[in-house]
Amino acid sequence: MRILVLMKMAPDVVEELEIAPGGTALDLDYVRMILSESDDHALEQALLLKERHGATVTALALDAPEVDDALFTALAKGADRAVKIAGLDAGFPTSQAARAMSQAIAQVPGLSPADLILTGVQAIDDLDGLIAPMVAHALDLPYLGIVTRLSLDASGRTALATKEYPGGVRGEFEVKLPAVLGIQAAEKPPRYVPVAKVRAAMKTQKIDSAPASLPADGGCAAAQVVEMKRNEPAGHAEMLDGDPESVSDKLCGILTGHGLL
Amino acid sequence: MTGSICVFAEQWRGSISEATYEALALGREVADALGVQLTAILTGSNARELAQTLGAADLVVYVDHPLLAETLPQPTAEALAQVLQDRRPRAFIVPLTNVSLGVGTLLALRLGTAGINFCKDVRIAGGRLQAVCVMYGGKIEATVEAAGEPVVLGLWPGARPAEKGRSSRSPVVEEATVSLRDSPVLLRRYVEAEAGDVDLTKQDVLVAVGRGIQSKDNLGLAEDLAKSLGGAVAGSRPVIDQGWLPLSRQVGKSGLSVKPKLYVALGISGAPEHVEGMKDSALIVAVNSDPRAPIFNVAHYGIVADVLETIPVLTAAIEAKRAVARHA
Repeated sequence: MRILVLMKMAPDVVEELEIAPGGTALDLDYVRMILSESDDHALEQALLLKERHGATVTALALDAPEVDDALFTALAKGADRAVKIAGLDAGFPTSQAARAMSQAIAQVPGLSPADLILTGVQAIDDLDGLIAPMVAHALDLPYLGIVTRLSLDASGRTALATKEYPGGVRGEFEVKLPAVLGIQAAEKPPRYVPVAKVRAAMKTQKIDSAPASLPADGGCAAAQVVEMKRNEPAGHAEMLDGDPESVSDKLCGILTGHGLL
Repeated sequence: MTGSICVFAEQWRGSISEATYEALALGREVADALGVQLTAILTGSNARELAQTLGAADLVVYVDHPLLAETLPQPTAEALAQVLQDRRPRAFIVPLTNVSLGVGTLLALRLGTAGINFCKDVRIAGGRLQAVCVMYGGKIEATVEAAGEPVVLGLWPGARPAEKGRSSRSPVVEEATVSLRDSPVLLRRYVEAEAGDVDLTKQDVLVAVGRGIQSKDNLGLAEDLAKSLGGAVAGSRPVIDQGWLPLSRQVGKSGLSVKPKLYVALGISGAPEHVEGMKDSALIVAVNSDPRAPIFNVAHYGIVADVLETIPVLTAAIEAKRAVARHA
């Protein structure tokens, strides 16, 4: 069983986001990049399957600030191989990321045929579409998203995947492998790995690098950002200022006014 | 249908989704502004009667196929592409829900056209369609144009009130046929939501915790506050994924939609997926250390503070107030 995990770095929205001069993109100089949250869950799900069924897990990521940390962390957690696709311009759109990943899967030795390709269901910057269905389309593979539970049958030819629906309802799907699945959440929270173990991985393991190969025209119709700004609609909350005691008093007054106290 | 505004009518378990009516409401506005038809495309198996509920559209195209009984992304996108092949609309709106996720991306690829995700509104500027998108967890708004048409737009729930997309009119219904190959992805069964110890949808007061609560050990603070207010504790996605609260306590896209009299959001950033499940609460109070947290865009009252410091003080103030009231 060979499992690929597609990983993408995304801005950490806990940090302040600045708009670049020109007003159509984030200022990447002020952005801290972290592994997209659902990609972290995809990696965890792959490692759980490896422990349960025996598998090799390869983490495949596009070059971006901090990506080496994410890939060495994947190795320290138990991934068998890490591959970095280099050469994309900073701030590349998701459609380009998906094309570069699909090309790499087809061309980089040892990546295909994969039995299972896992990636996060959606990243916060997936403005022109989602990676998993894009890669499934490019490789002509089955796709299912919003997966939160995954098991394999004895033959390794079929996966049983649980997909989330509204209202807490879940759907159980049979998926013929190979397939591309968008993971919403792994069965367990992503494992913690001590920094010392990541440092050890940096000393003893390596990241394979492969050049991105993209069609000259970018390959598909584009969506263009004409303006980007902070999301500050008119209906903003009335802010209560002061120390915890005075804020609590104000709020108690408001709740009383609404008949809630 | 060529040149029209088109909406994917999403059906799930025998009903058209609320998000579809919201999309129809927006689609109706855009179609009227452009002076073009509003079309809905409904896919399903023996579901033609649902077309009658889509009267906000001028025309409903119904596609019947056994493989379309469930909205499996690949067969659904293929069916839509075949219907649209010779009748290309200006825009095709797909609700961004758990039912239809992936359909828009696949349809754009299949049509060789642009897809724009995370839309909350559509504008017309100089005759061109512009999508207003909310991205980066709700922190950034982007205005986006497609290089060409049709453009496939993924629409966040809540863009318009669903009531505006309902109509008692009977739409013209046409049937279209498609040819689909077998699906390698098949639904085996639905698993109903587990009943929890508390039904969140029946609570007057909910105290909801997010990542800002930091650890399971701090949940007691939220429980004390909920108790003082006579309510229950709910959680956003990260709290459920960490296993700190059971699934039955999740509010948002994959969890429950709630409308309590009071919703207190503690350390919840306010990503669109969460807001979708609580935006209709009568009174929303948010506490977050980040003054730019998008939750303040939906809350009525906001407090910028460390939640762990604020909760016990607030709980004590409420209990004191209640004690005074009891003795009055």
